[in-house]
Amino acid sequence: MGNGDISPLTAVLPELGLLALAAIILVLDLFWDRKARANLGWVTAGGLLLVAVLSVFMAQPPETPTLIWGGMLRLDGASFVFRMIFLAGAAITALMVSENQRLSAQGEFYALMLVSTLGMSLMASAADLVMLYLAIETTSIPLYILSGFLLRDQKSVEAGLKYLLYGAMTSAVMLYGFSLLYGFTGTTQIYDIAAGFSGQNGLPAVYPAAVIGAMLLVLVGFGFKVSAAPFHFWAPDVYEGAPTAVAGFLSTASKAAGFVVLMRVLSAAFSDQALVWSGVVAALSIGSMVVGNFLALAQKNIKRLLAYSSIAQAGYMLIGVAAAGAGGESLPYTATTYYLLAYLATNLAAFGVVAAVSRLTGSEQIADYRGLNQRAPGLSLALAVAVLSLGGIPPFAGFFGKVVVFASGIQAGLTWLVIIGILNAVVGLYYYLTVLRVVYQRAEEVEGETPLAIPAAWKTAAVLSAAGIVAIGVLFLPWYNLSMQAASSLLTFR
Amino acid sequence: MSFPLLSLLVLTPLAAGLVILALPRERRDLIRWLALGAGLVMLLCSLALYAGYDQQAGGYQFIEYAPWLPQLGIAYHLGVDGLAVAMLVLTGLVVSAGVIVSWKVEDRPREFFSFMMFLAASVAGVFASLDLFLLFFFFEIAVFPKYLMIVTWGSPETRNYGGMKLTLYLFIGSLVALVGVLALYVQGGTFNFLELQEAGFSTEFQRLWFPFVFFGFAVLGAIFPFHSWAPDGHVAAPTAISMLLAGVEMKVGVFAALRAGIMLMPEGAQIWSPVILALATVNVVYGAFIAMIQTDFKYVIGFSSVSHMGLVLIGLATLTPDGIRGAGLQMFSHGTMTALFFAIVGMVYDQAHTRDMGQLGGLMRKMPWAAAGFVVAGLVSMGMPGFSGFIAEFPIFMGAWRAAPIVAVIAVLGIIITAAYIFLVVRRVFFGEVPPALAAVEDIPLRDKITIGVFSVIMIAIGWFPSLIVPLVETSVQTILQVVGGA
Repeated sequence: MGNGDISPLTAVLPELGLLALAAIILVLDLFWDRKARANLGWVTAGGLLLVAVLSVFMAQPPETPTLIWGGMLRLDGASFVFRMIFLAGAAITALMVSENQRLSAQGEFYALMLVSTLGMSLMASAADLVMLYLAIETTSIPLYILSGFLLRDQKSVEAGLKYLLYGAMTSAVMLYGFSLLYGFTGTTQIYDIAAGFSGQNGLPAVYPAAVIGAMLLVLVGFGFKVSAAPFHFWAPDVYEGAPTAVAGFLSTASKAAGFVVLMRVLSAAFSDQALVWSGVVAALSIGSMVVGNFLALAQKNIKRLLAYSSIAQAGYMLIGVAAAGAGGESLPYTATTYYLLAYLATNLAAFGVVAAVSRLTGSEQIADYRGLNQRAPGLSLALAVAVLSLGGIPPFAGFFGKVVVFASGIQAGLTWLVIIGILNAVVGLYYYLTVLRVVYQRAEEVEGETPLAIPAAWKTAAVLSAAGIVAIGVLFLPWYNLSMQAASSLLTFR
Repeated sequence: MSFPLLSLLVLTPLAAGLVILALPRERRDLIRWLALGAGLVMLLCSLALYAGYDQQAGGYQFIEYAPWLPQLGIAYHLGVDGLAVAMLVLTGLVVSAGVIVSWKVEDRPREFFSFMMFLAASVAGVFASLDLFLLFFFFEIAVFPKYLMIVTWGSPETRNYGGMKLTLYLFIGSLVALVGVLALYVQGGTFNFLELQEAGFSTEFQRLWFPFVFFGFAVLGAIFPFHSWAPDGHVAAPTAISMLLAGVEMKVGVFAALRAGIMLMPEGAQIWSPVILALATVNVVYGAFIAMIQTDFKYVIGFSSVSHMGLVLIGLATLTPDGIRGAGLQMFSHGTMTALFFAIVGMVYDQAHTRDMGQLGGLMRKMPWAAAGFVVAGLVSMGMPGFSGFIAEFPIFMGAWRAAPIVAVIAVLGIIITAAYIFLVVRRVFFGEVPPALAAVEDIPLRDKITIGVFSVIMIAIGWFPSLIVPLVETSVQTILQVVGGA
């Protein structure tokens, strides 16, 4: 924990760093030749690492949450932890991209990704509706472009456009909700809204149904960002069409950004409607788990499968949010944050393997993973670790995530929701294991083929990601403390 | 803290699995020897536990404790009572034997032995845990080696079906148990088993949550009507995994049900014991009947496990000293017996390439060691005096007679049917004429004979010298009775 008086500039060090890095990348892109530009991914990742290290030393949040920049941003544990999550996600994505020949030499790709990360950083700390809206758009618009980045690939362009249309629509609905909130309470400050509902801001008290209506509108936008059912329709098509690295980024960092906003706004602005939003979130959670898991069963394309799986994963995380509304103190948000950490490492590894395999075999069909273990044992193992972690099997990260989320649900009295969750986990395990069966079962047709030639860098990445997933799944303490730091700051109002 | 024997036992296979995975795939010999070495280290550690466990003092010994996540009361907390020691010896035996009978695995031995080591670590970890979270953690590690080994190295006709069925059944069961375990945690505020025992859960709480924990874990003990994964899964699995699954994994289920269910919620156990008794009785009789009509050699053994695990559950559910003692002994006896059964089935299949009893016959002359081993295991299975099965089953029936005579009367039918199907199998597989198709069958290799010999000697030795194991299990019976009787 840092000292109490943090200067407004060092407070936004991560954001400044991201901005500077994006500028540097664009300049290098201009002056480097094509061969040198292939290293931009490493520059990006290295720069992000530097920003993260500097932030850890210089931009630690103060003991008590502090509003800065005229109440636009709030420095607290959650904003800090989540900003680090985004930096990590962006760095890994940059490394993934640097192995993709179609994208690696394109400076604007990295610049856009950095700007999007900057938006997420602001989302994590926004304490004002206006700031929040700007942050969400800063995050989203570069992502629309990134999804459609492969201009000659029809599916990619379609993905970009589809994402844009859905995003614009839900964002408009959310903005309408924001405007209602401002109209009701006369403030855009997220932490003053709750008081405004009861008439403490000088305006008349608000009719409860109107509050709930505004809340539902806002939830549409957040639900889109976390890809919860019924706002999930974009996800499978976008994941399938977008460059694999972008799909990984969308499904992890972008989702995490959605979750921190969801948790912050619900707890701060709607603290008196906790039981209502707990119920609504529980409904979203059930919808996401059921839709995600059952539709994943039918998928033949690995990226679509991961898309539906990521919808289902959002459902499990939402159990934690619902538990928070039902009165679970700090355990639920700790659980959701831990789950997000575990999920970030896991899903990025999964998309990394998918990207590697599609480079080697030219296919994203699950059927073409047949005999992968005979041809590429290391990649298979990394995939197995990632998939089992998604399925919630120890000693991998996803296991502990599920256990704490379920524990928080039971603690808050939502045992019925937890039981729906475990039934869904069983369905989920079915399709995860099916992928592994395809990978591991002996396939005669690849018998004679030589093992796939795998660059040493990928082998290292596969081993590192597997080790990371195991580390989060076994060494709980540091990750749990981080999650708890984030959770307790979300529940501290003033 | 003294020498961490339990950690060595649990972590050796884990480390061996990782090392094997990192070796180049061509080093087949090194891989096998490493796996065997790890199995033997487990066995030696367990024997050291057996020798070092103070039976006078009883209770939990060899305790190791290190905080893991204090915020949630999770710790790396190991310790064993007499029953756990017996189960660890069984684990060491079956793992070593499993490696030996899989010596000639051709397809990717690196992955095979590595996954098998992970399974071994999972099993040993459950038996050694004194923390509910740790217990569950180890319990669930088994999911992926079980599944992948069945679908990758299992028999091609049924492996996809059998493997998935087994995995999903067990996963549902374990998650139901998890809900119960989390309820225990939320109420008791810790995962520490010893502290939870003192937590004093209310009767209402126990009535509600006991079935979650007990039946959830007991799915792995194949309790009726959740038993049907067992025969399908055992038959689909490769030999070593059938041995581990039926020999040890099923005991893991019952052990966890005993630890987390009966011992933490004794009042719940009393309330639910009639239900368990009824279901387990169905296990015994129904399992035996179904075993009798099988034509596949391996399915007979698969259903016999269902039947015998029913006896274990009956013994526990009586909540009497005799019944619990018998259940503990039966866990060991059945573990060695069924591991030997599955090993012999695998040996026969490797030579004859069929498991259909209509096509087998006269193998006594071709592989006398296998035939002799099968007869020994068969006699154990029937509960013949002079074999370990008698030492185990007799007290179970005494306990059942005391708790619910009707159960004893019905369940004893199972013994008669068991005798019938064992004789039937022995006659059809090992006696009679050798069919022409099997004329070229050769005898089993020396390493298999050693395996058969070791298991047979153990089962006969326990039959003649019950004091080898009875006092050890008795210490656990006392611990359990203190809890159950004090309710």
